[in-house]
Amino acid sequence: MTENILEVNDLVKYYPVTRGIVFKKTIGHVQAVDGVSFNLRKGETLGIVGESGCGKSTLARVLMSLEKPTRGSVKYNGQEIYGMGASGMRRLRRNIQLVMQDPYTSLNPRMTVGDLIGEPFEIHPDVAPKSSRRQKVQDLLEVVGLNPEHINRYPHQFSGGQRQRIGIARALALRPEIIVCDEPVSALDVSIQAQVMNLLEKLQDEFGLSYIFIAHDLSVVRHLSDRVAVMYLGKIVEIGTEDEIYERPTHPYTQALLSAVPVPDPSSRETKAIIRLTGDVPSPANPPSGCRFRTRCWKAQEICATEVPELTVRSGSDHPSACHFAEKREIVATHEAGELTDLPTRTL
Amino acid sequence: MSNVFVSEQSEAAAAGHPSGRLLEVEELRVEFRTRDGVAKVINGVTYHVDAGETLAVLGESGSGKSVTAQTIMGILDTPPGFVTGGQIRFHGRDMLKMSAEERRRIRGEGIAMVFQDALSALNPVFTVGFQIAEQFRVRRGMSRGDAKKRAAEMLDQVKIPNAKQRINEYPHQFSGGMRQRVMIAMSLALDPEVLIADEPTTALDVTVQAQIMDLLAELQQERQMGLILITHDLGVVADVADRIAVMYAGRIVEEADVHELYAKPAHPYTLGLLESIPRIDEKGQQLRTIRGLPPSLLRIPSGCPFHPRCPMAQPVCAEKVPPLLQLGPTRASACHFAQDLVSRD
Amino acid sequence: MSDPTSGSMVTTSPGEQPGLVAEAAPAPGAPAPQRDKPRGLLGDAWYDLRRKPIFWIAASFIVLFLTMAIVPQLFTSMSPTDSDLGRSLEGPGSTGWFGFDIQGQDIYSRTIYGARASIVVAVTATIGTVLLGSTVGVIAGFWGGWVDALLSRLADVFFGIPFFLGAIVILFTFNTQGSGRSSVRIASLVIIALITLTWPVSMRIMRSSVLATKQADYIVAARALGASNTRIIFKHLIPNCLAPVLVYATILVGAFIGAEATLSFLGVGLQSPVVSWGVIINESQNYLRVAPYWLLFPAAFLVAAVLSFVMLGEAVREALDPKLR
Repeated sequence: MTENILEVNDLVKYYPVTRGIVFKKTIGHVQAVDGVSFNLRKGETLGIVGESGCGKSTLARVLMSLEKPTRGSVKYNGQEIYGMGASGMRRLRRNIQLVMQDPYTSLNPRMTVGDLIGEPFEIHPDVAPKSSRRQKVQDLLEVVGLNPEHINRYPHQFSGGQRQRIGIARALALRPEIIVCDEPVSALDVSIQAQVMNLLEKLQDEFGLSYIFIAHDLSVVRHLSDRVAVMYLGKIVEIGTEDEIYERPTHPYTQALLSAVPVPDPSSRETKAIIRLTGDVPSPANPPSGCRFRTRCWKAQEICATEVPELTVRSGSDHPSACHFAEKREIVATHEAGELTDLPTRTL
Repeated sequence: MSNVFVSEQSEAAAAGHPSGRLLEVEELRVEFRTRDGVAKVINGVTYHVDAGETLAVLGESGSGKSVTAQTIMGILDTPPGFVTGGQIRFHGRDMLKMSAEERRRIRGEGIAMVFQDALSALNPVFTVGFQIAEQFRVRRGMSRGDAKKRAAEMLDQVKIPNAKQRINEYPHQFSGGMRQRVMIAMSLALDPEVLIADEPTTALDVTVQAQIMDLLAELQQERQMGLILITHDLGVVADVADRIAVMYAGRIVEEADVHELYAKPAHPYTLGLLESIPRIDEKGQQLRTIRGLPPSLLRIPSGCPFHPRCPMAQPVCAEKVPPLLQLGPTRASACHFAQDLVSRD
Repeated sequence: MSDPTSGSMVTTSPGEQPGLVAEAAPAPGAPAPQRDKPRGLLGDAWYDLRRKPIFWIAASFIVLFLTMAIVPQLFTSMSPTDSDLGRSLEGPGSTGWFGFDIQGQDIYSRTIYGARASIVVAVTATIGTVLLGSTVGVIAGFWGGWVDALLSRLADVFFGIPFFLGAIVILFTFNTQGSGRSSVRIASLVIIALITLTWPVSMRIMRSSVLATKQADYIVAARALGASNTRIIFKHLIPNCLAPVLVYATILVGAFIGAEATLSFLGVGLQSPVVSWGVIINESQNYLRVAPYWLLFPAAFLVAAVLSFVMLGEAVREALDPKLR
């Protein structure tokens, strides 16, 4: 068993809903993340999928200590990260880094690429002496596949994919152990997505990184992840290895989600059965009692309204699933991928 | 269908356009004159859509897929955008030669459009009912009451629950998916013959995306509309399209029946795209990367615009622009080596 | 434009737009285009600005007025205070291009020398206003909460004072009591009055752009790296929030030149022996019928200066705001 590098236990983040300007009164809470627990093992990629509003981005911010959790614990190498002193926090920052979604807004437009990638060294001056920084920045540019001579350019002179590479180089600068990727490819064009995904895989091998890969695109998550957690309304509804989630999903929400993903293959049109969910996701400020998915679930019974289903292994499931009626059902007919097409070449 | 174009159609046919196609774009050229120079955004695009048919226009950002749609709708920003050549024929009549008044009439009644971002396409200060009803009042001269009734019917048709109550709500009170339904209701209000959907589901979650695509397909069948679906999503296209036109750097590089295209792409760019997307139904998949970046439209490479990124490129590709050649009854490719790609096993 | 508090608001430029910029990224292997040199957003703005005739017109006028203020001797050999009673109220002619005032002082040289006081007061007051307003704005916007509530209300109080009423009250209260009426003291008082009554506008501009920028992803990214507040404010926030305030400041210089003149005209601002455009206009008021040129020439200079700064501000704003392109 590989060691856990990050242990997240019952993490909760509520945002107060207030009324009034001067005398604020809390009238409720948005339960953005409500009791999330998982472990991240060294060198693995944990994918976190869910639709908008499921709390996955809030989770990223809380994990990055950008926001304080309402309660719960996150242990990095066995050490609790909340309540660390300022110096402990600085050391932690080096080891957990963030890659953000939008390559157009995540880089300060008034800084050159050299300044952007060099900023981590300025914030943590003990990592690299001043004299070696320029070289380090150029090395990083090379690692992420950019031209080291472009060190003096500004972000707006690069395309989206290149900017995302700059963001990745910045995250790599301090040689972190964990990188939290919050939708890192969703803003990119199809042909560029593959480049960035391949780069992330290459870097993982090269530097032994662990990724928490947050995305809404189930295909992307399948491609990159070793294990996957599915979130709905602030809770993890199912967690397991890539095979377990994609080939033997047991939670109705996971099943519906998987069935809705379009497959780039017109011949599957007739054979594919899509589970149609009705209605909208309820408001996280006022989630349903019991199982949060029950309002849209076709299996819902009385017990679903009264009892919150635990995320545990049940008889119908070989991995943790938060459904009273967890049951295996194949949704996606998985097959081994073939080789890439060999392109014919011929000179005229 | 109370349509003014029926009579015009026969006139046009008599005037020497016997093709009988619903909407045809031919050799369309559009450029953007920016402060950095002239960007050739569309360089001779030709496609058509017939009644009851779905044409998917597939391309990445900057391929010109949306600009083509804007030009058809007559909502191209001028300046910087200028149409420099080609024709857009609706029922055989060139819309680019029509008066502004005629084009305005076609908008909505002949051709309508659904945008990606429903929130910004709807006016936040009016109720959705008012915005739909306004079209009936202005274009059909209905009374306030009748128009409102029709608006509620439209919302009902796009399967918005409690349509009667919800027409009095404002756009922000609807969820993303519901808002997109409102947009669809609005664009279908005047019974258009062609619907252009520009990335209609890109901003939506997968489960909602599936609902909206179902709805579009259903409405199209019911009304026998021509649907032009503009998207970058190869998955969505595979589910709904009849034919596909793949665009790159303002050109169509491949056009084919949907089954043929996915089974055996006849252009290296299409093949690259298909093999570069992760698939949910594959394990241990390798992703092909298309090297480099889409070209700047200010400096489109000589010859085939894809040649700097193409793994099959030969010297001829930098010299000669490959024409879009018919390879079979339903497919065409703009690659010098298309034959090789099709005949490989 | 006599009320400097009516300076127009400018929106923060949101990073910059994707669209054509991304497409304009050089293709690999393409020959390096001339636009390839490293250039920040300010560089882009300069590129735009250079093509605007209005910018060049405004800028040359401003350079002219600045030269006038720094070395008036270049333009006239006459002293502005030399009086030749024999020439009293003599009209424009070959000896005095703009004519002479009641004391026989040369209006041309007085107008030239008047530029100095007008511009010094306006520029100093602008710098003061922007510094004070921006500092308060950054503090309020960045820390938010009760700090913001307190500072914003405070700004509202000052903003609520009608500009000229406030200025007259301040100047009357502190100006009259036998303080020797030294010109430096009066000028400082005018400057202080202008700052006190106008800082809330630049504070609001700064605060709103800080509030918008604070949410930006690159600020979050800097936080995630462990950047301190000081670093975030000086490295990330201020450089990205400065543009709207700078535009406002340019327009404000023009507005302050006008405000100074108005106050002097009303007799509460600068006074003789200090020479400023406002002072000259004030002196001319009783002789408007007999010697209209006495009012006309300094007033024309005043209008030209105000207009130049306002136009420059507008040009800079257009260049900085990609949405207006």
